[in-house]
Amino acid sequence: MIKNVRSIAVALSTAALLSGIASAQSVDLTGAGATFPYPIYSKWFSEYAQRTGVKINYQSIGSGGGIRQLSEQTVDFGASDGPMSDQELANAKGGAVLHFPTVMGAVVMTYNVPGINRPLNLSGDVIADIYSGKITKWNDARIVAQNRSLPLPSSDILVVHRSDGSGTTYIFSDYLTSVSPSWASSLGRGKEIKWPVGLGGKGNEGVAGQVKQTPGSIGYVELAYAKQNKLPYANVRNAAGRYVAPSIASVTAAAAGMKLPKNTDYRVSMVNAPGNDSYPISSMTWILVYQNQPDRVKGAKLVNFLRWAYKDGEKAASSLDYAPLPAPMVAQLQNRLKTIRFADTRVGEAR
Amino acid sequence: MTSLPLDWLQSDRRRLRVDQSAIGDRVYEFLTALCALVVPALVVAIAVAIFAAAWPAFARLGLSIVTTSDWDVRGGHFGAAPALFGTLVSSAVALIIATPLAIGVAIFLSEFSPSWLRQPVGFLVDLLAAIPSVVYGLWGIFVLIPMLRQQVMPFLRDGLHLGATPFFSGPAYGPSMLAAGLILAVMALPYISAVSREVLMAVPRSQREAALALGATRWETIRDAVVPYAKSGIIGGIMLGLGRALGETMAVTMVIGNRPEISASLFAPGYTMASLIANEFSEATNDLHVSALMAVGAVLFVITLIVNAVARWLVWRVSRVRAR
Repeated sequence: MIKNVRSIAVALSTAALLSGIASAQSVDLTGAGATFPYPIYSKWFSEYAQRTGVKINYQSIGSGGGIRQLSEQTVDFGASDGPMSDQELANAKGGAVLHFPTVMGAVVMTYNVPGINRPLNLSGDVIADIYSGKITKWNDARIVAQNRSLPLPSSDILVVHRSDGSGTTYIFSDYLTSVSPSWASSLGRGKEIKWPVGLGGKGNEGVAGQVKQTPGSIGYVELAYAKQNKLPYANVRNAAGRYVAPSIASVTAAAAGMKLPKNTDYRVSMVNAPGNDSYPISSMTWILVYQNQPDRVKGAKLVNFLRWAYKDGEKAASSLDYAPLPAPMVAQLQNRLKTIRFADTRVGEAR
Repeated sequence: MTSLPLDWLQSDRRRLRVDQSAIGDRVYEFLTALCALVVPALVVAIAVAIFAAAWPAFARLGLSIVTTSDWDVRGGHFGAAPALFGTLVSSAVALIIATPLAIGVAIFLSEFSPSWLRQPVGFLVDLLAAIPSVVYGLWGIFVLIPMLRQQVMPFLRDGLHLGATPFFSGPAYGPSMLAAGLILAVMALPYISAVSREVLMAVPRSQREAALALGATRWETIRDAVVPYAKSGIIGGIMLGLGRALGETMAVTMVIGNRPEISASLFAPGYTMASLIANEFSEATNDLHVSALMAVGAVLFVITLIVNAVARWLVWRVSRVRAR
């Protein structure tokens, strides 16, 4: 027992020594994870390095890889498009992991229906039935009922989904799970779904490419990708019964519409959020950090960076087509940064 | 008078050179032995690592990984039979298309081509091997698939009335086993043709002259004297192309439609083992899921080993028959 304690102590001090050496080198912090927020994160990191000299190296290897590397403690922070599960939290070797939402995104329904020059209106149950193969024609009575004035063709619907495991699929299936009981009981939510119909495209570009080329197809892609590539996208019916176009404003409205308990761990789903102007297929993306930092210097750098990101970084979000967090949530999160500790003392600036 | 020191000097220098080269020989021998050992050791190390990582999935799911078709991450079912099927079928389609083409190119270049044409055509064919696979994938999405959907598939199905057979039936969306097979054919072609061309050119002139002297036509000479002589090399080239097709990931993922289903129709979308791993590995967090993907990798590893062993055996058999 004593021997064990001693060897752990030796290991810890060695680790501290090694990380001390590492932090003296050019890169101060390393992170890994989600690809979706990579454009805004890399902008933040480069701006932050210019301002403070603190260099952050981020590998956008996917949320799954980010969670794995954080759990193994090979990076200082992780990033994920989906919250960690209880099981994943329990597996993390460095103890309690805190979720810090950074920006938000949305998933849009893009389509290729010849002869339509105004956005389609779609409700969640119709999308769920299209993706489960129950609605197969564009002029199905339920689609027509939501789009009275549009000349919908009688052609087959070709469903396109992501073939790679992705946060986008998680958000989309999370939404369908929350609005369609039959989807919830059969397919559920996940980064990979056992799709009953359709073709799989790799990445947003794979889905968008397939939809662009095939008349009669429908697919789902990230809002930022759809905007940058000028894809058509549908208005989706929200919890208040209104058809809302995806936009930065309607995503931020969805976040503002959520009622979070005071002691939330922010592992929350934003889909089908209440509010008249809320776009229903919205989600946050998170940076994952250990509550108890293994290194005082690095812990302080990490906290200071997050503090800066909330204070100044959020402003840059919309220029890259991400939705910024609503101001009250940012204030709560700034406060929450104080709970990050090294050996029971607070690290980083207090405000 | 001067000859003696010179002799002495020369002999000493010679002796010195012998000694040096003996040391050099030993160092050289050691270095090459090291290289020869490192590479097999690497293969063994990779195999051990893959099988160790795949072990939890094999222990838990057994052979159902390759015998069942239900790949459902959430439900914990990992049946990769459709991916195994897709890997084999797409590679087979690729070889059926690429082999005659590649051998045709090789025969033309080695037997018929005027010498001014040989270099540029050979170079361009070889260049196909240098194109990154993601570029092939993009070409597949933007050129090959629209062409398949609008022209080739309707022609095969309705123009040639092949739609009555199960192999060319069903809706033509574009992304399909056929698209994957075609793109793999283009990618495997330079390997097969380059090796075939080299072995055909290495066939001794006397072989051709003897056949011509016996009154054989040009075609008979090539068929009976040149190609059989080069057969083992050509088979080696085909196997190299097959190895390329089996392991190709990116281009196939972009055009195959990624649908884990076994269908007889080449128009239907499919899946391959390499695509399955590429698609799901980066976001896999559940231990069994990661291990199942490793198991798929292990199966792919074993298949490529078998293909290479069969190739060796074929080459060995063919060359033994010829030696007799």
